[in-house]
Amino acid sequence: MENLTPISASIGGALIGLSAVLLMALNGRIAGISGVFSGSVFAERGDKLWRILFVVGLIAAPALWALANGSKPPFEITNNWGLIIAGGLLVGFGTRLGSGCTSGHGVCGLSRLSPRSMVSVALFMGAGMATVAIAKVVLGG
Amino acid sequence: MGRNITALVAGLIFGLGLTVSEMVNPAKVLAFLDLFGNWDPSLAFVMGGALIVTAIGYRLAWTRPKPVFAERFEVPGNRQIDTRLAIGAVLFGVGWGLVGLCPGPAISALTFGGVPVIVFLVAMAAGMAIFEIFERMTSRAKAA
Repeated sequence: MENLTPISASIGGALIGLSAVLLMALNGRIAGISGVFSGSVFAERGDKLWRILFVVGLIAAPALWALANGSKPPFEITNNWGLIIAGGLLVGFGTRLGSGCTSGHGVCGLSRLSPRSMVSVALFMGAGMATVAIAKVVLGG
Repeated sequence: MGRNITALVAGLIFGLGLTVSEMVNPAKVLAFLDLFGNWDPSLAFVMGGALIVTAIGYRLAWTRPKPVFAERFEVPGNRQIDTRLAIGAVLFGVGWGLVGLCPGPAISALTFGGVPVIVFLVAMAAGMAIFEIFERMTSRAKAA
C-alpha cells in the first residue's frame, strides 16, 4: 500500500462532493457524469447547454491545473487498442443501461442512501476487481 | 444564466477534484481495483471525502423549498432494483476494469491523455449511442 495518497485523495474527493452539492443546491440536478455527458447530445433542446458547460469545465480544469503547475497530471494507460475500444464501448453502454456511473451512483446515489445505487456500486466495483484479476492471468500482467 | 455559470463552475471543481486526487490516471484507478497486487486504496479515500461532503451538503440544500436557479430538485425516485440496473453496472465494471477509465476521468483527460483517450471517448460515445438506438427500438416495439 505504499502508493496510497490519502490526503490528496480526500481533498480531491471533497472537491467532487462540493461540485455535486453546488449542482444540487443551485440547479437541482444530480452530478452524474455519464448522464450529463450523454444528455449533452441526446437530451431535449433546452436541457443541453448546462450539460455542455459542465463538460467544458471538466475538460478545462486539469488543463488549467497543468498550466499553473507547469506539468501535466500523471497519466498511464494500456497500449492495447482492443482493450481501449472494448472498454469504451462497455463503459458507454453499461452506464446508460444501468442509469449511472462512479459519480451518479457512487457519489450522489450513495450519499442519499439510494438502494439502487448501493447495488450498482457493489456490482461495478466487484466486476471491475474481477476483470483486473482475470486480465492479469490472461494477459500475464 | 445563473444555471449555466453554476454548471461550468461545478464542472471545473469536479475536474479539479479528479486531478488533485489523481483519479484521472488510469494506472492509479487500476491499482485500486487490483486487490491481489500492490493494492492502492486511494480511490476509497476519494469516495469517502466526496460522500461526507455530499451527504451533508445535499441535506442542507434540501432544507430549502427549491433550488436557486430551478423550479425543483430533480432526484431520481425509482427504488426498484431490476435486471437493467444490474446488467448495466456489471458491463460498466468490466469496461472500467479493462482500462481504468470511467466517464468523468475519461472526459477530464482529453487534453493530456493523447490518442488513447480520444479513442476511448469515441468508443464510449458510440456505446451510449447504441444504448439510445436500443432504447428507441424497444420502446417502439412496446408501443406497437
